[in-house]
Amino acid sequence: MTEFLVLDGILLLLLVVTSLTVLRLTDLLSATILLALYSLLMALVWLNLDAVDVAFTEAAVGGGISTILLIGVIVVVGSEEKKRQGSHALPLLIVTLTTAALIYGTLDMPPFGDPNTPAQTHVRPEYVAQTVEKTATKPATNGAPPKENYFHGHVPNLVTSVIVNYRAYDTLFEVAVIFTAGMGLILLLRGRRPGGAGDHR
Amino acid sequence: MKEQVILRIITKIILPFMIVFGFYVITHGELGPGGGFQGGIMLASGFILYGIVYSSEEMRKVIPRRLTDALACIGVLLYAGVGVYSILTGYNFLDYTPLTPSDHASAESWGMTLVEYGVGITVSSVMITIFNEITEGTVPSTDGTR
Repeated sequence: MTEFLVLDGILLLLLVVTSLTVLRLTDLLSATILLALYSLLMALVWLNLDAVDVAFTEAAVGGGISTILLIGVIVVVGSEEKKRQGSHALPLLIVTLTTAALIYGTLDMPPFGDPNTPAQTHVRPEYVAQTVEKTATKPATNGAPPKENYFHGHVPNLVTSVIVNYRAYDTLFEVAVIFTAGMGLILLLRGRRPGGAGDHR
Repeated sequence: MKEQVILRIITKIILPFMIVFGFYVITHGELGPGGGFQGGIMLASGFILYGIVYSSEEMRKVIPRRLTDALACIGVLLYAGVGVYSILTGYNFLDYTPLTPSDHASAESWGMTLVEYGVGITVSSVMITIFNEITEGTVPSTDGTR
């Protein structure tokens, strides 16, 4: 347990260093690359917490596609940051107040790894038990009668079985959101630039 | 970026692996970590890398806009179609049982697989579309000049 906490501490420290460096940079390309590093470190943190699917998503989306899309934007707008005019006092005040409120909010949170929180005791045991029973060949332990073995080892990934089975509606409309984003971009931008006047090749 | 020999060679070397890994993650969504979303993003990253290094015109020769537009719709329709098929056969929306009514386990497995394919198809084509529309009319060069 201790070595995981030490590793987490190092990774979170690196995260802070990376974000401070991003703030100081004026070259947008370097800042984008460092943001990719930030996502990679975040993926390692998730991996350290045994959240492999989240780590995978963070690495693919945060480190991969958003970096690529930001680079695409930099190609269009140039990589030098514009000098900001005026005072930074108001943004600094807002950020400080928000951070203080968030830190105040974390004081109410249960201790790290506490197994008796609602998040761990509400529906999670049911999901885990069902998925394990569905995928494992041996019946459930702890005295409970074995339930119907739904999947027979077809779907060993607990996360997938939660997001596309128990929460299929949710995932369907997530996909619809992505689809709408793509369609909106097509309707707004396609054929409106002088360089690529609406060619539908 | 066409004159960058190292980038072009490295791109050609790693591109097949990226695309195969993307397909692998989509098709093994219910078995290992990842799924349609992550796999679709990887698949799109492969095409977009090609687009960045060789220009988006070259990429659109490989995967034309008509194709990505159609695939974005087909993915959502595939996902929703699984649900509508359940309704038509007398079950609840997105109940996977009617896919193979005799075997509940493989029905769940088939349902998840089809749904993950739908997610992967939509996500990858929408990501390619976003890249297409953002970089439309620009010559890729990351040296700060336009």
